[in-house]
Amino acid sequence: MVGYLARRAGSMILVLLGVSVLVFLIMQLVPGDPVRTMLGPTATAESIAAVRADLGLDQPLVQQYVSYLGGLVQGDLNTSLTMAQPVAEIVFPKLGNTIILAAGALVICLVIGVPLGVLAATRQYSLFDRGAMFLSLAGASVPVYWAALVVISVFALELGWLPTSGMYDVREPGGLGDLLRHLVLPAATAAVVPTAVIARLTRSVMVEALQQDHIRMLRANGVPERQIVWKHALRNALPPIVNIVGLQVGYLLGGVIFIEVVFSWPGLGGQLYTSITSNDMPIIQAGVLFIALVFVVVNLIADIVVALLDPRTREAVG
Amino acid sequence: MTEPLLRVENLQTHFASELGTIKAVDGVSFDIPRGGILGMVGESGSGKSVTGLSILRLLGSRNATIAGGRILFRGEDLLTKSEAEMRAIRGGSISMVFQNAMTSLDPFFRVGEQLVEVLRLHQGLSKKEAREKALNALELVRIPDPVAKLKSHPHQLSGGQRQRVVVALALACEPDLLIADEPTTALDATVQKQIIELLQEINQELGTAILMVTHDMGVVAHMCRTVAVMYAGRIVEHGDVADVLRTPQHPYTRGLMASVPRLRTEAAGEGHVRQRLYQIGGSAPLPLRLTDGCAFAPRCPEVGPECWEVDPPTVASGAGQEAVCHRRAEEKAELTGVAQHVGA
Repeated sequence: MVGYLARRAGSMILVLLGVSVLVFLIMQLVPGDPVRTMLGPTATAESIAAVRADLGLDQPLVQQYVSYLGGLVQGDLNTSLTMAQPVAEIVFPKLGNTIILAAGALVICLVIGVPLGVLAATRQYSLFDRGAMFLSLAGASVPVYWAALVVISVFALELGWLPTSGMYDVREPGGLGDLLRHLVLPAATAAVVPTAVIARLTRSVMVEALQQDHIRMLRANGVPERQIVWKHALRNALPPIVNIVGLQVGYLLGGVIFIEVVFSWPGLGGQLYTSITSNDMPIIQAGVLFIALVFVVVNLIADIVVALLDPRTREAVG
Repeated sequence: MTEPLLRVENLQTHFASELGTIKAVDGVSFDIPRGGILGMVGESGSGKSVTGLSILRLLGSRNATIAGGRILFRGEDLLTKSEAEMRAIRGGSISMVFQNAMTSLDPFFRVGEQLVEVLRLHQGLSKKEAREKALNALELVRIPDPVAKLKSHPHQLSGGQRQRVVVALALACEPDLLIADEPTTALDATVQKQIIELLQEINQELGTAILMVTHDMGVVAHMCRTVAVMYAGRIVEHGDVADVLRTPQHPYTRGLMASVPRLRTEAAGEGHVRQRLYQIGGSAPLPLRLTDGCAFAPRCPEVGPECWEVDPPTVASGAGQEAVCHRRAEEKAELTGVAQHVGA
């Protein structure tokens, strides 16, 4: 287990390094000068040069990257160019809000996607199966920003059931109930695509699981169908489901950028959106890096869970 | 004669296909007495496995239907039972063992858990009682170190041990009938022998009747008392094992017997003669049964014109041995003719 974890942690660091290089380079290629944006149109050439020197932006690219990385290792994420605040102070609370949103969406995915796939698999080619699979194909194809607008116009504007926005900070008064009320619509919207993907995958692995010899053996031993499906077949189908759920977390973190903008959710996605428009490089770098970090960690956890789920691989990692 | 444990009467199991209705089992009848062992032999696709699955109503495919016949188990027709009643019978009074020993156990659950699940289901035992009975079941199948094996996962066992566990699962609730569908196919020859011997011992000790579905004549010779030979969905010959194997009547059975490889080659003169293994020409047909006549006719060395058009009659020869064949009917008619002539 320790060796396995060490190897996985090593490759995780490589991935994150790669991400940091990419983000760093992309920001160099994006048109627009952050310092000019920062100082406004009236800035003189001298003041721009002074700020550049101050921020180290006049240094060669490699040196800039190395010093950025050096800061990163020590936990220094630099200072925001537009908000004159340490990046960490801005990014961490936002990351927390994003994780709340993604977790909410994930719960919806699991509660709806997995049972839907299981039921469709047990009723293969029935009307229910075809209906569920058509809906999930449609769901998997929906652009998130479009779905968000439709959801807002129907559930918030027409029906007035739930608020469209207004969740500013979890720690503000209002409590959990208020948070949940604000969470429903954005989380449900973010969940549309992953739910559909999870339902489709669950169905296909369950169909396969139900055809296995030991399932026939259980039937021959008089085990009730419900027990066969939910205890044995689902248990056998679980590893690939856990893997896809891990990947969907990554999708959720990417997808919530749109959701957060449309629903004005005070998360990392919304913050990234504003920072990109204002060329606030340190925040963009930190934001993307954290999304990558969460993604990699979640998938590592998923892989470990998969290995632990299967008694045949449990010894290899455990 | 006492009532047999299992009586199958004119069983018809059909599969809907694009080619038409495939009569996988087409009018099969046989009896298994209490404690008896019936061997059911035939090639792949002859309907022997489907017969076994039909008895437990485990066909599983939406295309499969039991179109006719009766399956009387202890005098009650299984075809009229509800699904819940069938569940109580499956694994309770009739069990089945399949051919894929390596994959017949759930890889995610311990051997003990799987045994306990079935025991509690059928016998309503407490966990503790079920665990004791699970241990008994493993002891019954003579698995080494049964206490440790209860905690093992299937992948930690060898193929032979897994099949022993499968047999233990099937026998845990002390069924009256065990349907063994080629239970040794995926195993090494030495392990095959052990499993066959295990089944024999169980038959003798517990009196469990066995329907042994196999394509292995050796297995039949070794363990069965009676044998039914299936071809294209029908039983073409049945009788006592000794009779059928020594004096096969149906041309198909004769072909089967001739194609069993023998270790001793007849030493003719000096050196030994390499004999080519006998082979029945052609291949088994899909049992669509579009026309009357004998399904074996296209491959039969003794085929005559009537074989193509008229369903062959059942001919008894000797004690309980019966074959379904025009040729044998002809020969018998001639013999009785001669006998009558001599008698006159």
